[in-house]
Amino acid sequence: MADDLSKPFPKSSMSEEEIMKINKERRIQVTSFAFMIFLTILAFVAVATEMIEVGFAIPFILLLAVIQFFLQMYYFMHLKDKDHGWPNAFIISGVVLSTPALIALILLLGVTKY
Amino acid sequence: MSTAAATKDKSVLWDWLTTVDHKKLAILYLVAGGLFFIKAGLMAVFMRIQLMTAENDFLTGQTFNELITMHGTIMLFLAATPLIFAFMNFVIPLQIGARDVAFPFVNALGFWIFFFGGLLLSVSWFFGGGPDAGWTAYVPLSSGEYADLGLDFYVLGLQVSGIGTLVSGINFIVTIINMRAPGMTMMRMPLFCWTGLVISILIVFAFTPLAAGLALLMLDRLFGGQFFIPDMGGNAVLWQHIFWIFGHPEVYILVLPAFGIISEVVPAFSRKRLFGYTAMVFATLVIAFLGFMVWVHHMFTVGLGPITNSVFAIATMGIAVPTGIKIFNWLFTMWGGKITFNTAMLCASSFVPTFVLGGVTGVMLAMTPVDYLYHDTYFVVAHFHYIIIGGIVLGLLAGLYYWYPKMFGHKLNEKLGMLMFWLFYIGFHMTFFIQHILGLIGMPRRVYTYLEGQGMETMNLISSIGSFVMGAGILVLLINVVYSAFKAERITVNDPWDARTLEWATPTPIPEYNFAQTPQVRSLDPLFYEKMHGDGTIKPAEPMEDIHMPNGSILPFIIGLGLFTWGFGMVMINMENPIIPPAVVIGVGFVLTFGSMFIRSIKEDHGYHIPVEQVKKIEKEVS
Ligand code: HEM
Ligand SMILES: [Cu+2]
Repeated sequence: MADDLSKPFPKSSMSEEEIMKINKERRIQVTSFAFMIFLTILAFVAVATEMIEVGFAIPFILLLAVIQFFLQMYYFMHLKDKDHGWPNAFIISGVVLSTPALIALILLLGVTKY
Repeated sequence: MSTAAATKDKSVLWDWLTTVDHKKLAILYLVAGGLFFIKAGLMAVFMRIQLMTAENDFLTGQTFNELITMHGTIMLFLAATPLIFAFMNFVIPLQIGARDVAFPFVNALGFWIFFFGGLLLSVSWFFGGGPDAGWTAYVPLSSGEYADLGLDFYVLGLQVSGIGTLVSGINFIVTIINMRAPGMTMMRMPLFCWTGLVISILIVFAFTPLAAGLALLMLDRLFGGQFFIPDMGGNAVLWQHIFWIFGHPEVYILVLPAFGIISEVVPAFSRKRLFGYTAMVFATLVIAFLGFMVWVHHMFTVGLGPITNSVFAIATMGIAVPTGIKIFNWLFTMWGGKITFNTAMLCASSFVPTFVLGGVTGVMLAMTPVDYLYHDTYFVVAHFHYIIIGGIVLGLLAGLYYWYPKMFGHKLNEKLGMLMFWLFYIGFHMTFFIQHILGLIGMPRRVYTYLEGQGMETMNLISSIGSFVMGAGILVLLINVVYSAFKAERITVNDPWDARTLEWATPTPIPEYNFAQTPQVRSLDPLFYEKMHGDGTIKPAEPMEDIHMPNGSILPFIIGLGLFTWGFGMVMINMENPIIPPAVVIGVGFVLTFGSMFIRSIKEDHGYHIPVEQVKKIEKEVS
């Protein structure tokens, strides 16, 4: 096994099946990437064209952001795949730890300047 | 395929500069951390000399401010953290039955980046004086308006050394999750590994806000940013928030490994298994979680309002619960045990009461209304020194005496050890207990002098004398290291303490591959289990084979040097008239750093193999 170390990974140690899986994964990545671009465009359109009321535009954009966040995490960063228990644990604890900090900072700092 | 011959015939210096062996890096961390510890300790002694008498003029106020800032910063970032990394590096791979950490190259990288970051901070003395805004570097004191070049060194030095710490933290997470030997399940890991894992996670989550905060401060100071300048729409309190969102987890990053060390030493010398192992693991996790939810207790007097203060006060007191669980578990471990009081055990067992004292004052400080009295007085100084010296330093000393035979092949002298312990322990209480009272009668912290007739002379004198006694204790430790190196008898057995965990199953001195065959773990305290139920040796999990080892590399050193140069170039932007244009220095640093990374990426390096015959030969020699 050690002698194959210089070959690219797909050549040295991947089966046909695994390569097929990788290709499928690539398609999923491209699709979700395109979808996320679409969501971003939607957000820009929502603000720029003034078609939507300002009061509604903010929650709408936030909603898009949440969807994006999950897409990024689960599709781009592979949290959906199996055997990703540890990465899941770390990302989730990161979210759990940083959300209160963010909310607290927004509430505490607000607009008051010292 | 290259062979082991590649490792021979290297000069000693080159070997240490290029090493990626976790055991050697541990010793590098130990030496570097020890030197920084002594440096910051001397600063402390100077400050105590200044405060020995009223209206003393041994130091000027400016020098005092610089000393107090450098003392705090060095002790936390460049002494305590690397000393902890020293033990984590040495012990964790052995305790989980691994041949090395997950990424040996990254391990070396972490060390050299930390080291050069520390150097960058330290050279500030030669360019107009150290930083002088306290280790917390609150704005506006630390803004361009009030602070000089020293603070640029602070910002960039910490930024660089912080990268090193982050990198090492990530490496340890991967190591502990992926490199455990067969049978070493998570719930069979020694507590030192557990705390190591938890603080590595804390490092990843806490050092990132620090890096962001330092970057903002750097933009303010070097490039005319205004994040923290109220007149221009910035917010000064934001810095305090960012700093303490990092800062409180940081104090747990330091103390949890000390907990881990105590949890190894106490069972070993009580001849009992750790009481309440599961509860200990659980308490560690809870402390880590709560550690992120309490940062505002450092800001009670800022005026954030009663609701905010109450929420954070209650969260802070909550931490006392898991901490209490730990204290009782150590006491129950000792209870009824056959205790050996050698130096390691003395340090470990006396850790418990001193840490309790620090915790009690912590809860006192967490009560917001009275914190208005305590805040920024010597009471706070006493609180955190009880935790840091009575907790972390005693833990590190216990670890040093306990693991020394495995690291260096001989024990430290016990008589000198006892002398060190008592000098240090008495000196410590003399220095800091009285500071509680000084604080209560109103002596503010971070002042360089006080007036006659304020009733503070005697207590300050006692405190100063105590600090000299403590210094004498450390001196005895240094003498002990030298003395034992020459006089102590060499250890040839695997397990000089008759201990319980896997690191004592390796031969002394440890061959560079640690375990000739990966061990099969059958229980918590694997070595003890085999002594009781087996023949006292750990069973292998694999046949004897060629062992794959990583090659050494000079690149980590060069990347560290590159970041140093880069950081120094950034500082030069604020210099009056630099000899070389800053952009050139920054460019050199950039090329060194990214050039090395580039080389590392394209140059193939698959390591080498130690052939099985040679492994057999080495194994015969050491056993
Ligand atoms: C039961 C646990 C603890 C509690 C309730 C607690 C509480 C507090 C509080 C309320 C303060 C702010 C005091 C003030 O400035 O008015 C404080 C300061 C401090 N604590 Fe603790 N603490 C605890 C454990 C620790 C630990 C484990 C460490 C270190 C390893 C530590 C290190 C510090 C430091 C360094 C400061 C001073 C920071 C500064 O202003 O420079 N504490 N603690
Ligand atoms: Cu705190």
